[in-house]
Amino acid sequence: MTTTTIDGRTVHTNDEGFLTDPTEWDEQVAETLAARIGLELTAEHWRAIRFLRTDYAAQGETATLRRISTVGGFPVKTLFQLFPQKPAKKLAYVAGLPKPQGCV
Amino acid sequence: MRNLVILGGGTAGTMVANKLQKRLRGHGWTITVVDRDDEHHYQPGYLFVPFGGYTRDQIVRSRHHFVAEGVRLVYDEIDRVSPVDRTVHLGSGRTLSYDFLVIATGTAPRPDQTPGVLGPEWRRSIFDFYTLEGAESLAAAFEEFDHGRLVVHISEMPIKCPVAPLEFTFLVDAWLRRRGIRDRVQLAYVTPLDGAFTRPVASARLGHMLEERKVDLVSDFMVESVDPDRKVLVSYDEREVPFDLLVTVPVNMGADFVARSGLGDELQHVTVDKHTLLHTAHDNIFAVGDASNVPASKAGSVAHFEADVLVRNLLEHVEGRPMTESFDGHANCFVEAGDHKALLIDFNYDTEPLPGTYPLPVVGPLRLLEETHANHLGKLAFRHVYWNVLLPGRPLPLPTHMSMAGKQSPRTPPIEPVDEPNQEPIAQGGTTS
Ligand SMILES: Cc1cc2nc3c(=O)[nH]c(=O)nc-3n(C[C@H](O)[C@H](O)[C@H](O)COP(=O)(O)OP(=O)(O)OC[C@H]3O[C@@H](n4cnc5c(N)ncnc54)[C@H](O)[C@@H]3O)c2cc1C
Repeated sequence: MTTTTIDGRTVHTNDEGFLTDPTEWDEQVAETLAARIGLELTAEHWRAIRFLRTDYAAQGETATLRRISTVGGFPVKTLFQLFPQKPAKKLAYVAGLPKPQGCV
Repeated sequence: MRNLVILGGGTAGTMVANKLQKRLRGHGWTITVVDRDDEHHYQPGYLFVPFGGYTRDQIVRSRHHFVAEGVRLVYDEIDRVSPVDRTVHLGSGRTLSYDFLVIATGTAPRPDQTPGVLGPEWRRSIFDFYTLEGAESLAAAFEEFDHGRLVVHISEMPIKCPVAPLEFTFLVDAWLRRRGIRDRVQLAYVTPLDGAFTRPVASARLGHMLEERKVDLVSDFMVESVDPDRKVLVSYDEREVPFDLLVTVPVNMGADFVARSGLGDELQHVTVDKHTLLHTAHDNIFAVGDASNVPASKAGSVAHFEADVLVRNLLEHVEGRPMTESFDGHANCFVEAGDHKALLIDFNYDTEPLPGTYPLPVVGPLRLLEETHANHLGKLAFRHVYWNVLLPGRPLPLPTHMSMAGKQSPRTPPIEPVDEPNQEPIAQGGTTS
């Protein structure tokens, strides 16, 4: 496990830079993580991030793309526009949650 | 008399019924298995059908032939489970009441979930090999196919036997070479994953095998639709992959009654605890095999390891004792590579497939993550083992839990006894993905 400094604070991450402790996350951290992958967060991004955080708190697992769309009500198309190329992965990264389990 | 009802008489349902019958016979239990028909398919055999490898009679047997005497078999469609009154409603209108329920109805390819797949090109230029009918019609199409773009495609994860599309691709390549037409066919492998497979070491190894075979890897591709007129796959981020012949693995979903009964997740897979296999909301419902939502491979070998765990847990649970068995996600799969070779992978929830050797009693060690002829023989022998050892619930000389014996860890190379310089972590503080 490695650490990274965000806005002067130390947070724990894995090899790929995903936060490993969801409690070290806040909105400022999200803005910084988003900027690192070239995203500027809009209200729509925030709605998706909040869904993922709430769902994680309830389920103990990061939602898959299908779950974000069917349970959260975000069309997959929109998610690809908000978080280009790798929506599930980028959304989890910005939301400070573990990478969704690449199903085995 | 207490009733144990098992829904689904496939790989997992049959094994569990047979193991439980041995343990519960004469102890005041009735075991009932429900399935829609009397045809048990050896699904791993579908892979070889398009290449003329197996015929229908080598793959299909009577279901009742493999279910132990004393177990009641009911042929009917399962329509709905009502957990409040502990009743299963069947398509014919009959009902079955249960004290304990085991759901083993698997997962099935759903070509209807992707617009354009079931259109005019279905089984003309668009095929699947996850059903026997699909594999057979593909065999017929292959007889005519001698040039063009052949695309192997995965719609969405999870799918059962996640290595099968890769195996299929390796077999296509070998088959085209054997026919002397490999240079007239462009092969592409299109996947929603970010590489050839899910876990890093195996993904790199299998990705390299695609490269060696000159197969284009198209990754992070989430299919939105198939355009049958223009013969292209279209992704949500508006990329297109053209094909002359498309072999797609449709979205895999659990049975519809699971959703109707409020027992599953978004893909209708039954939500259970990944270690005990007991339902997250119902204290008398278990799920086993492909039907459950545990984050393990959906494979026959996994169903076998799960069955061992389930049987022990269920026997304790019905007695009101704490469940002591814990499923670790153990999977063990042969991966056909073409040219009479195969790889073997062995992994679980926490440990990815690693290189090394796999200790096997009698036969001797098999190489992990390496193409060998011995592994290919293992793959072929699996059909015999399936019918004669696995389904009857006889013990296999394989441990239920994964073992690290013989495996080489990527972090701690085992064969170097000398002092190693300090290993720096891959990513330093301050960097991100
Ligand atoms: C092409 C292919 C290749 C494969 N290769 C391998 C391999 O090499 N190694 C390996 O280990 N695994 C392999 N598998 C996976 C393996 O076949 C499955 O994981 C295994 O069969 C799962 O067993 P199960 O009992 O959970 O489901 P199944 O065996 O599919 O059984 C489910 C049963 O439930 C019944 N059912 C479902 N819904 C209803 C309903 N509503 N009413 C009545 N009955 C119902 C079905 O008729 C079926 O009999 C492969 C699968 C495929 C498709």
